[in-house]
Amino acid sequence: MYGKGIIKGLGVTLKHFLDTYIDDIRMGKKRYSDEGIEYRSSKDVRGLFTVQYPEEKLPTPEEFRFIPFLVYDEVEDGEREIRCTSCGICAKVCPPQCIWIERSEDPKTGRPIPEPANFYIDVDICMNCGLCAEFCPFDAIIMDHDYELAVYNRFENNIYDKEKLLKPAEYYLDIRPLNYQIQADARAEKEAKKAAAKAKKEAAAAAKG
Amino acid sequence: MPEIFDSKGYEIPPEMQNNVAITTLDKIYNWGRRYSAWPMMFGLACCAIEMICTAASRFDFSRFGMEIMRPSPRQADVMLVSGTVTKKMVPQIVRLYNQMPEPKYVVAMGACASGGGPFKEGYNVVSGMDKFLPVDVYIPGCPPTPQALLFGLMKLQEMMDNQSLKTVRWYQKEDLPAIPVPILGPDLLDPRDYPEFSDKLAQAAVIAEPEEA
Amino acid sequence: MIDLTLAIAKEIETRFPKGVAPDERSGYEGYLVEAGKLVEFATALRDELGYDFLSSVTGVDYMPEEKMEVVYHVYRSTGGGALVFKVQVPRQNPVLPSLVEVFPGADFQEREAWDLLGIRFEGHPNHKRILMWEGFEGHPLRKDWEEAYFEEESKPFDARWPGGDVYRAEDENPFTKNVVYPQDFNPETWIPDGDKALYAGMKEIETDESLETEQIVVNLGPQHPSTHGVFRMVATLAGETVVKLEPVMGYLHRNHEKIGERNTYLMNIPFTDRLDYLASMSNNFGYVLAVEKLLGKKAVVPERAEYIRVIMAEFTRIANHVFAIGTLLNDMGAYFTPMLYALQERELILDIFEAAAGSRMMCNYYRFGGLARDLPPGVEGKMRDLAFERLPRKIDELDRYLTENEVLRARCEGVGVLTPEEAIAYSAVGPVLRASGVPYDVRRADPYSIYDRFDFDVAVAYHGDVYDRYLVRMEEIRQSIRILQQALDDLPEGEIMTGKPRYSIRVPAGEAYGRVEGPKGELGFYVVSDGSANPWRYHVRAPSFINLTALSKMCEGDKVADAIVILGSIDIVLGETDR
Repeated sequence: MYGKGIIKGLGVTLKHFLDTYIDDIRMGKKRYSDEGIEYRSSKDVRGLFTVQYPEEKLPTPEEFRFIPFLVYDEVEDGEREIRCTSCGICAKVCPPQCIWIERSEDPKTGRPIPEPANFYIDVDICMNCGLCAEFCPFDAIIMDHDYELAVYNRFENNIYDKEKLLKPAEYYLDIRPLNYQIQADARAEKEAKKAAAKAKKEAAAAAKG
Repeated sequence: MPEIFDSKGYEIPPEMQNNVAITTLDKIYNWGRRYSAWPMMFGLACCAIEMICTAASRFDFSRFGMEIMRPSPRQADVMLVSGTVTKKMVPQIVRLYNQMPEPKYVVAMGACASGGGPFKEGYNVVSGMDKFLPVDVYIPGCPPTPQALLFGLMKLQEMMDNQSLKTVRWYQKEDLPAIPVPILGPDLLDPRDYPEFSDKLAQAAVIAEPEEA
Repeated sequence: MIDLTLAIAKEIETRFPKGVAPDERSGYEGYLVEAGKLVEFATALRDELGYDFLSSVTGVDYMPEEKMEVVYHVYRSTGGGALVFKVQVPRQNPVLPSLVEVFPGADFQEREAWDLLGIRFEGHPNHKRILMWEGFEGHPLRKDWEEAYFEEESKPFDARWPGGDVYRAEDENPFTKNVVYPQDFNPETWIPDGDKALYAGMKEIETDESLETEQIVVNLGPQHPSTHGVFRMVATLAGETVVKLEPVMGYLHRNHEKIGERNTYLMNIPFTDRLDYLASMSNNFGYVLAVEKLLGKKAVVPERAEYIRVIMAEFTRIANHVFAIGTLLNDMGAYFTPMLYALQERELILDIFEAAAGSRMMCNYYRFGGLARDLPPGVEGKMRDLAFERLPRKIDELDRYLTENEVLRARCEGVGVLTPEEAIAYSAVGPVLRASGVPYDVRRADPYSIYDRFDFDVAVAYHGDVYDRYLVRMEEIRQSIRILQQALDDLPEGEIMTGKPRYSIRVPAGEAYGRVEGPKGELGFYVVSDGSANPWRYHVRAPSFINLTALSKMCEGDKVADAIVILGSIDIVLGETDR
């Protein structure tokens, strides 16, 4: 019969239309909770798919990457200890070359010291690839989850300097708990190994002495 | 100042009476524009796909009054420059912008449209749409996720809210000049550059010389 | 297999004792052919040795040796490995005969080599620039050509570290819009060439129309809602019938290859994401395969990584094909509803990419010798949900919704027909080739990775029209789901990377051509290494670009409205077409 295909197809759209209401009724108030958002991104969703940003936000998965930021640890008296040692690996590995690092020098000795004098990222070039974070040996540069960055003037705002890039380690823990834990464990293990080696050396020296 | 407030009640000084009417009008006017900003169906590169996703059911920017995307510039209010602007494409983009009726807005979506992005160093890439058009909102990201785009569009709506009928450019007395369309020469040519062209060329030669020496 | 290549080597040796010699540079393969013998050699390959499918043509600028080389990769349409042959020409005056007569598929690729490298192909019927505009100064891919923002020959740039003082490149450049003009250039006297040459070729074509009609030239694009981005077609119409059509491209030419030659090998991976931005995982796959070929034993991919690679590539294929079907329907005027249904499934697949790789579209997930990271917890479950439940159900629904629709069939059947012979001659690949009845799928014909372990069918249809391309895509989605189900069931535990990830790798000198069956078709990467940290030549054989060679052939004789549908059925992505 001519037209059967069209009717069949319209049946599908009709089903979609009805499903939106069925889903709504079934979920009830739960629809607008976190559970509801999760349901709307799951395999079972049949009806309306919309996540109503900005009231609702899709959960960002841990690996999600946007513009990078620099991590600092808070030491006892409120001082910030920047993890970055200005080794320059991120600047070397960056595909579009959007990272600028200025190494600082000790004012007295003139020798380079770890903390960068300044650190710039041009977000108008950054391609969010995450290679800098992937290859940073000190877990000092991490990809952020914050994507709400639109501005009216790029010339004033879109070259991020050190101040703008720095975020506390707690924030890092908050957005990437699993990675944070893995890296913290790896660091602790390394330190323990170092300490053990040192102790061994000392013990050997003591035995010799 | 004090004598205004000292008089009985809140009397509006004569020179401000018009403004009150205008602020109310502004509110209505902006409210109307804010919820009817139709984007142009105009995709350039990767970001265009995220733009389509934003228009589709999951993010659905119809919720913001961007009800439908118009392929014709004559019916569009917002130009979403979604992707890398190449030199070969720039004359067409400028022409499209000139064809859009006022009020019109330009959103540079993603790193490429804002400042050239990862392809900035390329020989056929323009380093930012704002080299040719007045850009209102810049959205970083490569590509910005649909939610980031929605945030940028909300910023645009915020911007519309703060405009006033008295100062908007399309109600000024002077005619708005069209933006001159770039020309494809041995490299991209901007007609606005013509007057200073010879100077700059001479300068460029001067800059180049010490290197050679 | 080895016997066969030996036999062919012998055959070539006896047939061409002079003018054809094996390429004996270390790390290189194939034959060096003299320019004078080229056409004869190619014809013999096609007609007598069965190498009837020209995959890639590209040029390489060997500046230190003052030579230009044109590299051809040919295959048999029945399957098997490549036969590579090269022609060397002097760098000062690079001229060689065109192969368009033998392999029509060489058309656009030769024009690209002319545009970017300045190699002239004598006898080419339409010897114009293709990516840049006529009148552009210079041939940018030549090694001594520098653009306005040129900083250094290779990355990383010294200005970034340790004394990195940030600046915007445009502030450094005298013209601030990254342009360079020749020294003696005067804008007042410049007359832009525009599209004169293009339109000149479009006027007044003899037809045997019985109705007397006036021919007009119609320009579609680059801003057109149905050209999938910034693609442009110029068509000569007699009434409503297309008598001649020429695709015009380059509006998204982002200099991928020039930047790629400056990048280190690792830096190119995120750039490949932006080629075919609907299928970034497949692009990663092709590129890492090519470089792994060069690396040899230094990059052995662990079992688990191989499985995850295949899984991701197949998810990409599904995401791409549903999108392609959605846009095809959009082009036909079924505005947005099929697209919305298609995008819904794509969003769910993108969720997986976002969770595993970190980004919805620009995945940057593959590394040389493995993957960037293992699957985070919970992702495997999501994949299983999709592959075993959601996608099969939804694809059936899409099938029910569209396949039998009479309007769709009326619009698609018999439109844009490409015969199998034409499809092979025009180097069409992917669903376009398979819809014409040639069961050629790189996953089967020349298996890479672990595709030989899976049980799947090569989707094929025999009419060669738009409807068959749609059917082939539908069937390919089903086959991809089959592969996914097998791969997810067998997914082993273990490492995802051999050795420690390194950011700076040295690749042994030589050449390699890695190809995968991307969603659009055969995606190839030709990489030449000189042993340094940057590729000497990096070329992408882009399926969307080369499939367009057949577009004008498909459109001729059809109505202008059908031209849009035919373009939609080829499924191009401009990021890949123009690179």
